[in-house]
Amino acid sequence: MSDYNFAYLDEQTKRMIRRAILKGLAIPGYQVPFASREMPMPYGWGTGGVQVSAAVLTPDDTFKVIDQGADDTTNAVSIRRFFQKTAGVAVTEATSQASVIQTRHRIPEEELRADQILVYQVPIPEPLRFLEPSEVETRKMHALEEYGLMHVKLYEDISQHGDIATAYAYPVKVEGRYVMDPSPIPKFDNPKLEMAGIQLFGAGREQRIYAIPPYTQVVSLDFDDYPFQPTKADHACDLCGATDSYLDELIVDDAGGRMFMCSDTDYCTSRRKDGHVGAQGVPYKEDAA
Amino acid sequence: MISIENVSKSFVLHNQGAAEISVMEGASLTVAAGECVALVGASGAGKSTLMRMIYGNYLTASGRIMVGDVDVATAAPREIIQLRRDRLGYVSQFLRVVPRVSTLDVVAEPLLATGTPHDAAKSQAQDLLARLNIPQRLWQLSPTTFSGGEQQRVNIARGFAFPYPALLLDEPTASLDPTNRATVLAMISEAKARGAAIIGIFHDHAARDEICDRQFDVTEFTPGLAA
Amino acid sequence: MTPLLQVENIAKLYGARIGCTDVSFDLYPGEVMGIVGESGSGKSTLLNCLAGHLTPDRGAVRFDTRADGLRDTITMSEPERRMLGRTDWAFVHQHARDGLRMNVSAGGNVGERLMAVNARHYGDIRAEAIDWLGRVEITEDRIDDRPTAFSGGMQQRLQIARNLVTGPRLVFMDEPTGGLDVSVQARLLDLLRGLVREMNLSAIIVTHDLAVVRLLADRLMVMKDGHVIETGLTDQVLDDPQHAYTQLLVSSVLQV
Repeated sequence: MSDYNFAYLDEQTKRMIRRAILKGLAIPGYQVPFASREMPMPYGWGTGGVQVSAAVLTPDDTFKVIDQGADDTTNAVSIRRFFQKTAGVAVTEATSQASVIQTRHRIPEEELRADQILVYQVPIPEPLRFLEPSEVETRKMHALEEYGLMHVKLYEDISQHGDIATAYAYPVKVEGRYVMDPSPIPKFDNPKLEMAGIQLFGAGREQRIYAIPPYTQVVSLDFDDYPFQPTKADHACDLCGATDSYLDELIVDDAGGRMFMCSDTDYCTSRRKDGHVGAQGVPYKEDAA
Repeated sequence: MISIENVSKSFVLHNQGAAEISVMEGASLTVAAGECVALVGASGAGKSTLMRMIYGNYLTASGRIMVGDVDVATAAPREIIQLRRDRLGYVSQFLRVVPRVSTLDVVAEPLLATGTPHDAAKSQAQDLLARLNIPQRLWQLSPTTFSGGEQQRVNIARGFAFPYPALLLDEPTASLDPTNRATVLAMISEAKARGAAIIGIFHDHAARDEICDRQFDVTEFTPGLAA
Repeated sequence: MTPLLQVENIAKLYGARIGCTDVSFDLYPGEVMGIVGESGSGKSTLLNCLAGHLTPDRGAVRFDTRADGLRDTITMSEPERRMLGRTDWAFVHQHARDGLRMNVSAGGNVGERLMAVNARHYGDIRAEAIDWLGRVEITEDRIDDRPTAFSGGMQQRLQIARNLVTGPRLVFMDEPTGGLDVSVQARLLDLLRGLVREMNLSAIIVTHDLAVVRLLADRLMVMKDGHVIETGLTDQVLDDPQHAYTQLLVSSVLQV
């Protein structure tokens, strides 16, 4: 057992955060203000997500952290270690094994179950912010369901790029009521927002928590003549051959050579373990680094 | 059509020691449809004042000014606006228009305001301008830059565009050459013939004698000037 | 005929100081009313009370709503009032940047009110925006430019297009030609007059420029120290002013 209170935050703080989470679940998509605490990491590194994770973790949980789909980036590793140290919970890289998954910029490819919680790190929770700088005004717009402005942003996209160029943080309407920023996930992930698991969103610097309860309707905004399209690179994963997963593009030399690979490292690795091989891939070996 | 009963008018000049100047008392006049009456009297006797009172441009202190069934002396602004739109026309001595609006649009406006379709209004305006010898090359220009005589003719074209049943004419033939003067007099005769009640001020005595059925001397009702 | 707007005894006080008080009038469809007075006379306070931007301390502002006829806009719920603000009402600010989104293209600015009332077809919205830009004499090739790239007169015309695109019935204008040079003012006045007639708009125009009201307004209201001191037909008030202050105002205009 560590010298910290379980999961770093004191019990009163966790209680305050849990109340915000419950309110968020009761009003899907609504941004609940909460008293965000100083965390031992800078804002922008996931302080909102970490506080939400700290409030929902129990000693029996198995914790997984992904950053852009990967379990092995600095951010993911440090947050995972943080909770190993302060909560002593089990950790995993396997999506199916985890009971709480904290994420930045992705939803795992593998479908989540009803007994899993997905915690998002959110930089800017207010979807209307880029066009309306006043918080008083945006709150009023949410309260009165005045969401025309959201379409102005999409209109600007089409007029400038010929298509809705917003590729991430694509705005959605939750259960026919609140317009919500799904955090900077690629719009490819938007259809997955309707899931069996509980989704919690934490914005530390902006002091907001919001949530999507299981099986909630989540509709991506669009125009009749420019319908929403969840896009990805038109390619298969070069390592595992998957055609249904979101891909990262990797420049591999100075001659413009590139390869595509699953952004979800667990998904890719699992497929390779099962024997799938992509165009440039080699069969999976346990000790390959 | 126009019936003036016992009207009076005074001006109070608040910024000049609140001087009260009574300019008209007890004037009465009736003009029937198809009749043209000339207002006469010395300069300053109140011809223009009475005309402006009939148009609602000056307030009336007491009495009644019936144009059709509207009492201009007591009518609400919007009744007067409606009256001016389709029953009471006024050709003033001065042309007052929005800068940069074309002459054709200026003349067509009274027609458009009464619901004439755009094309018909335009073609009617063209006919009037041609009849009054406004060169076609000027039609698309704003009349604000025109000569005095040209402005006067644009003003007349505008005033005669719509067949108002009551018409006020303030010096309609002033600053016109003989040809155009004859055209304007013909237009006034045509208005009479279709039944318009007309009140006019003419310093052009020959024109007055030719076109007017009778004269009305306002001097009789001017305090201090009455005989 | 039902008035479009019925204003009854409006008063707005700033502490002991009077913003405006005892203001009553009816405005009928198609009518344009001017409000003139010097700075601090209460004309802008009054306009903001009428348009729902300020809450008056007393009085009623009844608007002839499409659904339920005359309704007091002061006591109606905020969502209803805001709905009026983006459908049946329009507000043209003196400074275009107060009424435009400067970081959104001209087309987006015009389209916003359409999208606010649930237009969801990009092609239709764009076609409507192009039509309206044309009506205010902005060429189609400027549709994707931001207002920051426009001249003052163009910005003001864009603001008018943005406001009129949803076919409002009542337009509030606060010094619409203020700050523009004279030739640009003339073009704007001409444009406004045409639109008022074509759309049968009613409008309330606050200005200190008597030439503007003479050309645009059917009726005039003169304000001083928060009180209405004279009302009437525009040309009657300007040519035969009754109140000492109005006489002073009219005689103070420089002749050109």
